[in-house]
Amino acid sequence: MIPAQFDYAAPATLDEALSLLAEHADDAKILAGGHSLIPAMKLRLAQPALLIDIARVRGLSYIREDGGRILVGALTTHYEIESSARLRDICPLLPECAASIGDVQVRNKGTIGGSLAHADPAADWPAAIIALRAELVVASTRGERVITSDDFFVDMLTTALRPDEVLREIRIGVPPARTGQSYMKVHHPASGFAVVGVAVSLTLGVDGKCSAAGVGVTGVASKAYRATQVEGALAGSTLDEKTISNAASHAADSTDANGDIYASADYRRHLAVVYTRRAIAAAVAKI
Amino acid sequence: MARYVGQRVKRTEDPRLIKGLAHYVDDIRLPDTLHVAFVRSIYAHARINGVDTDEALKAPGVVAVFTGKDVSEKIGPVPCAGNLPDLKVPDHRVLATDRVYFVGHPIAAVVATDAYSARDAAELVVVDYEELPAVVDPEEAARDGGPVIHEKFGSNVAYKLTAGEGDIAAAFASSDRVIKQRVTNQRLAPIAMEPRGVLARYFPGERELTLWSSTQIPHLMRTQVALMLAIPENKLRVITPEVGGGFGSKLNVYAEEALLGWISMQTAKPAKWIETRRENIQATIHGRGQVGEIEIGCREDGTLTGLRYNVVADLGAYHQLLTPAIPTLTGLMLSGCYKIPAIQINVTGVFTNKMATDAYRGAGRPEATYVVERALDLVADELNLDPVEVRRRNFPSPEEFPFKTATGLFYDSGNYEGALSKALENAGYEKLREEQKRARDEGRIVGIGVSTYVEICALGPSQAMPAGGWESATVRIEPTGTVTVMTGASPHGQGQETSFAQLAADELGVDLNDVTVVHGDTSIVQYGIGTFGSRATAVGGTAVFVAIERLKEKATKIAAHLLATDAANVAFNEGIFSLKAAKGKSAAAGDGTAAKDSDEVPEPMLPAGQDPAGALPEPAEGRTKVTIQDVALAAHLGRELPPDTEPGLSATYFFEPKNFTFPFGTHICVVEIERETGEIKFRRYVAVDDCGRVINPMLVDGQVQGGIVQSIGQALYEEVVYDEMGQLVTGTLMDYAVPRASMIPWMELDRTETPTDVNPLGVKGVGEAGTIGATPAIVNAVVDALSPFGVRHIDMPVRPEAVWRIINNSDE
Amino acid sequence: MKKSVRINVNGETRESEVEPRLLLVHYLRDVLGLTGTHVGCETSLCGACTVMVDGRAVKSCTMFAVQADASDVTTIEGLASDGELHPVQQGFWERHGLQCGYCTPGMILAAAQLLERNPSPTREEIRHGLEGNLCRCTGYQHIVEAVEYASKAVISDK
Repeated sequence: MIPAQFDYAAPATLDEALSLLAEHADDAKILAGGHSLIPAMKLRLAQPALLIDIARVRGLSYIREDGGRILVGALTTHYEIESSARLRDICPLLPECAASIGDVQVRNKGTIGGSLAHADPAADWPAAIIALRAELVVASTRGERVITSDDFFVDMLTTALRPDEVLREIRIGVPPARTGQSYMKVHHPASGFAVVGVAVSLTLGVDGKCSAAGVGVTGVASKAYRATQVEGALAGSTLDEKTISNAASHAADSTDANGDIYASADYRRHLAVVYTRRAIAAAVAKI
Repeated sequence: MARYVGQRVKRTEDPRLIKGLAHYVDDIRLPDTLHVAFVRSIYAHARINGVDTDEALKAPGVVAVFTGKDVSEKIGPVPCAGNLPDLKVPDHRVLATDRVYFVGHPIAAVVATDAYSARDAAELVVVDYEELPAVVDPEEAARDGGPVIHEKFGSNVAYKLTAGEGDIAAAFASSDRVIKQRVTNQRLAPIAMEPRGVLARYFPGERELTLWSSTQIPHLMRTQVALMLAIPENKLRVITPEVGGGFGSKLNVYAEEALLGWISMQTAKPAKWIETRRENIQATIHGRGQVGEIEIGCREDGTLTGLRYNVVADLGAYHQLLTPAIPTLTGLMLSGCYKIPAIQINVTGVFTNKMATDAYRGAGRPEATYVVERALDLVADELNLDPVEVRRRNFPSPEEFPFKTATGLFYDSGNYEGALSKALENAGYEKLREEQKRARDEGRIVGIGVSTYVEICALGPSQAMPAGGWESATVRIEPTGTVTVMTGASPHGQGQETSFAQLAADELGVDLNDVTVVHGDTSIVQYGIGTFGSRATAVGGTAVFVAIERLKEKATKIAAHLLATDAANVAFNEGIFSLKAAKGKSAAAGDGTAAKDSDEVPEPMLPAGQDPAGALPEPAEGRTKVTIQDVALAAHLGRELPPDTEPGLSATYFFEPKNFTFPFGTHICVVEIERETGEIKFRRYVAVDDCGRVINPMLVDGQVQGGIVQSIGQALYEEVVYDEMGQLVTGTLMDYAVPRASMIPWMELDRTETPTDVNPLGVKGVGEAGTIGATPAIVNAVVDALSPFGVRHIDMPVRPEAVWRIINNSDE
Repeated sequence: MKKSVRINVNGETRESEVEPRLLLVHYLRDVLGLTGTHVGCETSLCGACTVMVDGRAVKSCTMFAVQADASDVTTIEGLASDGELHPVQQGFWERHGLQCGYCTPGMILAAAQLLERNPSPTREEIRHGLEGNLCRCTGYQHIVEAVEYASKAVISDK
């Protein structure tokens, strides 16, 4: 219940935060909403020497549109995304995914950037970020770089972020017209995390065929992944029931699935297939 | 007279609780308090070669670090009150010495000036462990040849017990069918929302130790801790402030309670320990933990002939207060609400490298009800009868009460058919079955589960209890007319501050707000037993009721004296004593010396506690009526008392019940299962419970609802899981699933009311009914749903994966 | 090492020097003596420690006091105004929404947040809105009814 001691800094600017991080990269942690980090610290599973609280850095919490892209600041809370009327219109997968995270209190405080940087294998955001082919803008004193969602998640609790880097922004292309999206999840009865979570974004071309398909799966393996075979099977198809079903059946192909007392690896793979099919069907229904 | 009893009276304890102004143990602040953090075993079974406390002792704020070596000779063993023939009782010291026996076993106590420093220093204690093979599976523990936990006993069997009446072998031999099924009642964690906690304060001058403890049994704790610490019992005061739920987990005396007292005595400062949730799941008792085989015999028409339950009880590494006794309650309740001529239970209680099991809501009875109600459904399935019909055929009729079971009990009263019929009607059972048929035709998987239960409550006659089965009450009317009720029961959420006040207010004709119910302080309240076993109202409430009757007898005598008449001439109604005879005449019926003949309207009743001048009001003279407040004042002033009457207006009563009570009911559950995933969804939940006479229907509903949801937890979600190394897999609420608001159905509740003659109130108790009746209804519904797949039984918690595997592997 | 924080708690500005690791719940309970906020788990799951920070219900066990610097915090002790119970408090009393009372302060604050955002929730929405709060006593049904009561009271007030 009681974390170990640490030093604390609450810089006012990102540059200041980045300098601090560069200086203490080995034993510092960035604190955003704290809803991934603080529980680990309370169990003393994480014992950083320095916490750099970026919550007071101005300009990291926003939902903006810019030239066909949606820009979400890393400090934007789940609740802000969940309750964004604009996002509901132009990219409903984001609010839908946000609404399925934890509970009201967690969504009020937890941030999208914090969740992504923590990379819990059962977190919800990674599935959506992968389905949306988001770009993640990361900053350090060395400058900024962009990491694709496919490259961002490396392994359980491990991302492509270098020790001196901070996730600053998530960029998503505004989904074109005739796009349908859905996030579907099996909640773990105790933790509320995803036993399986599937995010889907599908666009229908003028020819009535699927012109773009994004399918991200979380909860199943040690990291969230893109269901490439599912996407491949959907792309170019008419998204009929049979195609959807066939496509979804590949949701957990070549996946090393996790097992626990609630759901074995087999069952998780099965759930991935079922929930992928359902999420695709729900997305199609919204086109 | 019943202005309050039977009504949905809002709770008097609520204002402080909804404003955040109530005091739980951790809310009590004493200056200079030291804080204790524990170093606990990370292994299930290990030899301890050494405990290095040097670094911890040097850490900032640390006052002391105590290990088993420091305290084992100083503090007596953690007590076990279970008294069974040939019971093996391991020596259970408050801190481990050379061995640890379960994950969470306390090894060292770090004492520091604040909780943060104590935790930091606890991280610096180095324990040199030598890991030993762990005994985890209870059935393996019962077999010879494996590792033995307590070597001096030579095996892991703590006791074997056979109970029951009737010739079971003959009964089975003469049965048309005998059905067997392996059943488990998995380990559960009680998870009271407030973890345990102790604050101890020792005054060396007065040699007085006070313990504030989150417990259900302040007096029993006082006795036991005094013995452990070898201090006079009358120098130990136990106070239970607000207690944030217990469910049996605080019906115990734990190592920490004695140890904190001892630490305060050593340091002469207050010492506090508040359990974390991880400690709570590791080292507060668990419930259930039975695995066995049920055998039931019947005739072709469904008449039951005999029942046998061979069960291994997973006791854990040590006995806590009632650990070995819990399975015996299972044995007692194996007749369910049925006529079964021969019953036998064979219990093997085994030690395992886990936390002790003990009383968790229901404590042995949910286990019994579960196996019996599952068995009844097996009979129905075997004979192709409706499960309702099988139950009906075996009920004793209301005329057969008191009904003697083959487990040696006398059920006090019951109308099982009445509760069943009402539940069937409320649920629309016939229609549900029709809907189920239609649903099945559509390919849907729908199940209806019925459970008709009886439970044993109001524990109980002292003959059947390890430490007294009575309960006590003192009722006092203060000089200003307010009423103080002191109960030996120790409610912790059940609402007896309100329900006992309802009783007292009605019986004494005073306003509810003028009654204060005091409990949970051994220096204020006369010795009591505590709140558990659905006993507080049936036994404790009866003590209150009888104490009031006695107090009224005395008050009537005083009133008669004030009215210058005989007690026989005085009527008491709504708080007013008046002359029974025609108005105006009989006031002079006595010798005429004490009261003057008068037609005057009596003085208005003085509102309780309100005297503008601050002085005690003088009793009015020359009256035909006196209020109970007048009488109280006269009793305290002592000037106008009848001869041979003690001053004061107070009565104490210790109520010894002549029997248990046996509430009962019917629960009906409808579930639908998602074919693709095995996910279980509730469609309906209907319950009719009969807990005898009801004092506050709102509180009864609350008890039933809470109980049902704990049942849902056992049926579908909860399980304390240890892996093969004895590591606790479900060590936090991230893994141990307590039901949330979104996981449960709307509960449609109703009642029948069959009073008992065990106590004058006619109340039976309701605290555990939901947890006893509901679990089998839910599992029966799931099994019913899956019956087209050839399923007759499924183990709890019924996780979707297991259901999915059944559906997936079948060719329906 | 210690940091100074200035936090407005229940309408009163409080200034303290705190260790950075001091959890907000411990700050409220141990530094300010506001013990109505409870601790029921270590893993941000039970909601007993729920308070409002800048108008949002959060779990005060999953926040350091330093993070609340310059914020407005409302705890259960500050929910009633001028001695008048908040409608949710009233609802919990009227509908027997509590037994042992330990989860109640957090549950009430979560329910208050729910009604602020959705003044007329359905039963299902109430259950969903209270997912962050565990109660082991009531089985939640009376809590749902308490929130319904409060919802009606708030609406009839307007």
